[in-house]
Parts: sequence; C-alpha cells; structure tokens
Amino acid sequence: MKSLKRFAGSSLFLPVVSLLVLLLFNACFVDGFLSLQVTEDGRLYGRLIDILTRSSSLIILALGMTFVIATSGIDISVGAVVAISAAVVCMLIGGRGDGVAETPMALAMLASVCVGILCGAWNGLLVAKFKIQAVVATLILMTAGRGVAQLLTEGQIITVYYKPFAYISGVLPGMPLPTNLFIALLMVLLVVFLMKRTSIGLFVQSVGINPTAARFAGINVTLVLFLVYAFSGFCAGVSGLIESSLIRAADANNAGLNMEMDAILAVALGGTLLSGGKFYVGGSVIGAVTIQTLTTTMYALGVSADQLPVVKAIAVVVICLIQSKKAQDMFDRFKARRAKKHAGGKAVDAL
Amino acid sequence: MKKILALVLTVMMMTVAAGCGGGATKSSGSGSGSGGKQITMGFSQIGAESEWRTANTESIKKAAEAAGINLQFSDAQQKQENQIKAIRSFIAQGVDIIAFVPIVETGWDTVLKEAKDAKIPVIVVDRDVKLSDDSLYAAKLGTDSLSEGKKVFDWIDSYMTKENKKPRDGGSQFNIVILEGTVGSSVAIRRQEGFKTEMEASQNASKYNILASQTGEFTRQKGQEVMESFLKSNRDKIDILFAHNDDMALGAIQAIEAAGLRPGKDITIVSVDGVKGIFQAMIEGKANCTIECNPLQGDLLMETAKKVLAGEKVEKLVYVDEGIFPADVAEKTLPERKY
Repeated sequence: MKSLKRFAGSSLFLPVVSLLVLLLFNACFVDGFLSLQVTEDGRLYGRLIDILTRSSSLIILALGMTFVIATSGIDISVGAVVAISAAVVCMLIGGRGDGVAETPMALAMLASVCVGILCGAWNGLLVAKFKIQAVVATLILMTAGRGVAQLLTEGQIITVYYKPFAYISGVLPGMPLPTNLFIALLMVLLVVFLMKRTSIGLFVQSVGINPTAARFAGINVTLVLFLVYAFSGFCAGVSGLIESSLIRAADANNAGLNMEMDAILAVALGGTLLSGGKFYVGGSVIGAVTIQTLTTTMYALGVSADQLPVVKAIAVVVICLIQSKKAQDMFDRFKARRAKKHAGGKAVDAL
Repeated sequence: MKKILALVLTVMMMTVAAGCGGGATKSSGSGSGSGGKQITMGFSQIGAESEWRTANTESIKKAAEAAGINLQFSDAQQKQENQIKAIRSFIAQGVDIIAFVPIVETGWDTVLKEAKDAKIPVIVVDRDVKLSDDSLYAAKLGTDSLSEGKKVFDWIDSYMTKENKKPRDGGSQFNIVILEGTVGSSVAIRRQEGFKTEMEASQNASKYNILASQTGEFTRQKGQEVMESFLKSNRDKIDILFAHNDDMALGAIQAIEAAGLRPGKDITIVSVDGVKGIFQAMIEGKANCTIECNPLQGDLLMETAKKVLAGEKVEKLVYVDEGIFPADVAEKTLPERKY
C-alpha cells in the first residue's frame, strides 16, 4: 500500500496511467489484442509485439530529445537526420538486385550513425557555441536535411536486397523478438547507466534550470549543450538504421517524416516540461510507447482513413489533459465549488 | 564582432535553407524570359515518393530536352503549399506554360485563376483536380485511374475462377483487404471507385467481401504497418490484397511473410503501377499481378504543350496506354521495363 502511494506521487504515475487506460481500452474493444502466439520458428507474434517493435525508433529519438528539452532546448531536425542516416546506410550497402553488399554492413551502419552524430554536432555547434535559438538552429537541418538525403539517394528509393540488412529491424534466427527492440533496450540502459553512475544528468538539469548559475557552479555549459545535441543526433542516426531496415529501403521523403513532432510529444507526455529542468527518461519511453499504441489502436479499430488524424488528435488532447496539473487543479476547484454550492443550498433549505 | 558573425551565419543559414528546402533540381537554361522562340515550361512535380514517380520525372525531363523545351523543374516534396508556391513563382517568372502533378484534388482554384489572369495555359498531369471552372486548365493528361481499378477487379475475378481458389476461412466469400493511397488524392479515389463499381456490377459480386480498407499513404512503410494490423485482426481470413500502388504492396509482402503466410499464394496480391520492384517480387512468386500505370508521359506532355501554345485544339482529357502484367510474364518483361 505504501509503495502504491509512493508510486501515485511519482512522476511516472500519470504517463503510466494514460498508457494503461489506452491498453485497457484496446483489451476491451480489439479482439485478441493481448494474445501472444509463438510462430513455428520461435518468434513471438501479436499486437503488443508490433507496438513495441514499431515504437523502438521513437523511443530512441525520445531519449535524445529528453536531454535536449531538459536543457530548455529543442531539436526539430531529428526526423530529417533519420532520413539522412537511412539514405547513407542504404546508399553504402547499395541497391544491387543480386543481394551483394557494396560496403560491409557493419561499416555502413557505423557510417550512418557517425553521420547522425555529425548532424547533431552541427546543431550543437550552432546552439552551444553561437548561441542561436534552438528552434532556429535545428530548423536549418530540418529543412535542408531532407534535401541532403535526396541528393544522396538521387531522389530514388534505394531498395536493399542484401539479406542481413533486414535483421536490424527483423528477427535474428533463433531469437524470439526483433533486434530493434534490443537496440532500443540497449540505448535505454545506456542512458540509465549515464544517469545513475555519472553526474551528467545533474549537469543537464542545472543547465536547463539556470545556465548562468550552472556556469558559476563550475559546469562547462557550452560543452554540456554541445554533447546533448550530439547525443540527439546519435539517437536519430540509430533510428534511421531501424527505420530503413524495416522497409529494407531508404525513402528520403518519408523516412522519419514528422517523427520530430512525435518525439517531442513523447517527451511532453512523459512529464518533462518543455521549459527545461527536471526530466524523466522513463516517462519519455512510456510516452513513445503510448503514441505508437494510439496509432495501432486506430488501425485495429478500423477508423477510416480520412478521420484518422482527427480521432488521433482528440485522443492526444485527452491524454494531455489527464496529465495536466492545471486541468487537475481546475477540476478540483470545480468539485470544491460544487460541493460548497451544494452545502450552501442545504443551509438555505434549513432556514 | 559577434554581431558580424551572427549576420554571416544568418545569411549562410538562409541560403542553405532556401537552397535545399525546395530540393529543386533546376534544369539547364536561364530562369525568366525565355529568349527567342524557345518555350519555357514550369513543371511542379509532387516529389520522389516512389520509383514510379522517378520514372515519371525522368520521362518529362528527357522529353523536354528532346523537344527543345526549357524545363523549370520544381519538387514539391509531397506538400501542396510547396506546389502552390512553385506555380506562383512560375507565374512571376513569366513562363510560357505551366504543367503540374496535383498532389491532392482540391484547393487549386485560386492559384490557377492567377495563372489564367497572367494568360499562362496550364496542363494538369497524371492526377485529377476538382475545379469550379473547367476553363482554368487547357488539358488534363495522364492515366485513367478509374479503369485501372476496374482492371484490378476483373483480373482478380478471372484469376480466382481460373485457379479455382477457395476462401481460406472455408466460407463462401473471398475476403479482400485494400491499402488505399493518400487520402484525398484523385488516384486513390478513382482506383477505389473503379474497383468497387466493377465489383458491384460483376455477376460474381456475392463471392467477394471487402473486409478492411485503410490508407497506407502510398508508402512502403505505412503499407507494411497497416498490413501488419490487418493480419493481426484477420490473419486466417484474408484472401486478396489490393494495394493502390506497388510500393505499399512491397511493404505488405514483408508484413505477410512476418506473419508466417506466403504472399502470392495464401494471399493473392494485386497492385497498380508496374515498378521494377514488384516485377522482382512477382518473379519470386510473392505477388500476382500489377496493372500498369504508365509514367512515361513526357512525350505526350510536350506534344500537348506545343499544340496548346500553337493555339491548336486539344482534347481536354488525354490518356496514355496501359497494360496488365500478371506474374507469369514478369520474368520476360522485367528487362524491358524502364522504371
């Protein structure tokens, strides 16, 4: 009971509740939502697995975004960086019909992640060193990035026929779950490790709350900011790998399209304020899963294509309201006022 | 010092953003005011969404070169506002003729009115538009999406009968799932309409049942994700997949394989377009048929443009030739495919 109470007071409570409500809704209205099967080759198969697999790249993006937002910045270029990273890996492996890789896959993967870091470093340079506002600084790459990706792919969709490439987002032989899920898990563990074992989390938080005070306290604010954006770029690079492997192709126009918005939404749903400061990595991860659950729910319910965005928007508004402190306060006050009115009414009756 | 640096950076940023934002690959030749008799055509393409679109773009660029027309090419990157901006800039440049592939059907009246006021004829290419006034364009040129949808159903019906297929759930009806294109696009609307009307009019209408229909936005990724969801709900019921384009079918094939079913065998797959990728899949036996939607519209476009500018009378609707390619001819056809 005590632990339950503590959980209710914790920052994770509301995001978890929103997700659980959504899952409960699904369990009630979608046939076989919770069912899990094991296929002949030992894979797990079911909607829950789909949700986790599909949300893995968003989880990774949300991790990077959490740090950026914690420093009261924002990175709206991640979607475009995903496209660049996807373009690089597919271009290097090559779209040869006979299924031979032009560059060893490990090298191609490394290159695309490095390109992601490079993009992040560029953002970091603009924000940390040149003190350009984060929205403006990352806007450059957001618009230019897709152009770069198109240049790399020459406007084509490069389809990779090299079989092992599919393993990044597919299932390795003998494994029960898709590899991208493990990649996401690994990234989460990495971040948790950094938070628990180093003081990076504290640095990021203090920069977000008050950069001047942080500087006087001896924190290298410029370096922290730079690293935060570089890390976000790294996350986008990894996401690009996953996204391209999912469809075994690089689609410069559509890879990672609007994912920056989803990542920001995931962080916001997770309880981190966009004004920076305190941040919740766990909340962001849950936020990312919530967003994907929502999408999957829409498909499962068969919401017609033209109504999809509206229904999704309403659901997001409701989730945000559930989590909003202000809305809660208003609700409480409304309740209190009604109770008072009620009591007042009774008093009049008594007279 | 800092101010100067900031200024330099801002200028740099703006050039980068402007240069790449449009993603435009300009063809050779000067911008405004075509010199002498050379015709300048402003062309707004919707973006490189698929191999098909790339072939369409290539065909138009090549044909322009061959016809000696100066092509101002602009890539809208899947956004209507970019297209409207491009058309406005064509008008400002004073091109001789404007051609564009409308990404959605509606919302073009104002900008086309501006073109009309500037006395620049407009040719609508490949997709359809809904306008209050038909005089806003000189000609519509492209593929007949309605008949493509009809061909899909006809082929499915004859194939199911020929192969003597039985519904997998043991019922009396074949269950069809449909991956639709971008919501509101003329192609998606017409292909769906053609398919449905042909199905309703068919004497075998009672043998088919549309189980689910959802947009896959013409992309591989969404096609895969939506098919995944269809399979979760009705894994053992789906007999037929109709994808509004090949790319969504290619995405769906991967989803079907992941679900442990055999694409092309357990689920009959028919799509529209005829890109190389689907031919490859048909050779591997993973898809059954593609209805060609011919993207090689360049020559016809240039010819029509010249006629319009010469003041000759042209048909308001001009269609290119299209064929049907089932899996058994895929191997023979693939080397001949240009896209």
